[in-house]
Amino acid sequence: MNSPTTAVLVEDLSVDLGTGPILDGIDLQVPDGRALALLGANGSGKTTLVKALIGLVPPASGRVSLYGTEVSARRAVPWSRIGYVPQRVNTSPPMAATAEEVVLSGLLTGRRLRPGPGSRGRVRDALAEVGLADRAGESVHLFSGGQQQRVLIARALIRKPDLLIIDEPLSGIDRASKLALAASLQRLRSAGTTIIVVLHELAELGPLIDRAVTLDQGRVIQDGAPPSAPSDDPGHHHPDTLQGAFIHRHPVPDLRARWRL
Amino acid sequence: MATVTAEFWDTFAAMLGSPLMQRALLIAVLVGTAAPVIGTYLVQRRLALLGDGIGHVALTGVAMGWLAGAGAGSASVEAWAVPGAVVASIAGALLIEYVREKGTSSADVALALLFYGGIAGGVILIGLAGGTSANLTGYLFGSISTVDELDVWLTAGLAALILGVGLGLRPALFALCHDEEFARASGLPVRALNIIVAITAALTVAISMRVVGVLLVSALMIVPVAVAQLLAASFRRTMGVAMGLGGTVCVVGLSITYFHPLSPGATITMLSIGLYAVLAVTRPLIRPSTRHRKPHRGATISPRPAERTVDHAYHPAPHSTHGPPDEQ
Repeated sequence: MNSPTTAVLVEDLSVDLGTGPILDGIDLQVPDGRALALLGANGSGKTTLVKALIGLVPPASGRVSLYGTEVSARRAVPWSRIGYVPQRVNTSPPMAATAEEVVLSGLLTGRRLRPGPGSRGRVRDALAEVGLADRAGESVHLFSGGQQQRVLIARALIRKPDLLIIDEPLSGIDRASKLALAASLQRLRSAGTTIIVVLHELAELGPLIDRAVTLDQGRVIQDGAPPSAPSDDPGHHHPDTLQGAFIHRHPVPDLRARWRL
Repeated sequence: MATVTAEFWDTFAAMLGSPLMQRALLIAVLVGTAAPVIGTYLVQRRLALLGDGIGHVALTGVAMGWLAGAGAGSASVEAWAVPGAVVASIAGALLIEYVREKGTSSADVALALLFYGGIAGGVILIGLAGGTSANLTGYLFGSISTVDELDVWLTAGLAALILGVGLGLRPALFALCHDEEFARASGLPVRALNIIVAITAALTVAISMRVVGVLLVSALMIVPVAVAQLLAASFRRTMGVAMGLGGTVCVVGLSITYFHPLSPGATITMLSIGLYAVLAVTRPLIRPSTRHRKPHRGATISPRPAERTVDHAYHPAPHSTHGPPDEQ
């Protein structure tokens, strides 16, 4: 079961942060190279689950392993294979930090506290990947929400992760950015990257997801193929027109995923 | 007018020729440059007042150094003051870091007890060790005019250590300050880095104490950073500008007190705060472009143009980002 081709293995995981159970007996196995969506309403535990996956939240019981290594054994975990994109980073007070500096921090791991030679070139490539190549020297806190998120994605991509974990990438960004994100993730997925993405609804990312896990009150209530949606290929959209912007939103499968309890 | 100018240069030459002022100026440059390095991290971690708290505890360390020196029969009890402050500051900083990490609701009360206990304990112990109120004032507000050669070496050594840690670990400490969760999720030794910041802050307090006194140590660490933030767009530049400003205001402030009998610590601090006030008021006039940028770029403020540019700009590069990880 715990073979090298298993990217993520969660066994009977429960999390309790003092206010009652947030996760309750979660079992989950994600084979390498798959794209998995974690769905659920607010407070269903999906963000807590991804935080537990990377050891940001301690388990009350159960185990989490990444590529065969238990996350609790922090130093043994192959962190350089894992890219994490949080929903957003709130620096308060607003911090003077350029996109280049933020992305550069993605190269650091427990074994490497300083970026190595050639890191500037890698920063440039990672920023080009998200369409921000010409903004490297600008302060991130002047960027829009969508642009800040792309900087965080570049920070995760710079280490060329085998496993990419993204928390709610579709919230608060414009539709063009959503479609571009979907295209970018599709390419990563085709190249074999394992993707775990936390979502309210599949929406623009529907076509690339091959498994959807729905959480409710800290438990898995549905696990399988994503709710079937009509083709949501970004290539057939006309996002610049009103019709394009509205006609391809698919409320029916999304509602079904959310409310079929 | 000419005589006034000549008098100025005479006094200036006398200042540079005085071994006492040479030592004091050297210490001022070292401390003024090193303190903002750690201050940059503290400001970003919202720990701007950490130095203040450590300073309070350092006073007890000074007093314990005095008592230990008196007990050991040392000829100069002053010589034990800075080592005492180093020990107490580190202990205080670790305690503060422990309380901060635990993050309990009564943490602020616990810190208040620590800070005021530090000051009160220091005042009582210095009295017991036979210190005068002049000694006490020296530690509260700085006593740079009494530094000896040992102080210079001690300060130089500790400043080198602070600069080495602060600059050498900058990428990792930046990652910690910018996004602690991501740093944790990258496997960075977050707790060790936090402890390193706390210990380095303690050392900074211990060496800054002679220049500005325990009540103003935090000003040397924080105010130059606040000024630099008005000027710099990157973290690296913020730190560099703060270091330059810190060293400059320390030297200029100390020099002013050679001409006018003012407290060096207070003069240096007021100089930095004055600089901040002037820049905060004039910056929008000097660099109006920073004001106009945000609405132009922010999709939330003008969504239509931003959406369009995003649509065209965000064409991911055709090559794959996936590949074998270069470090396993």
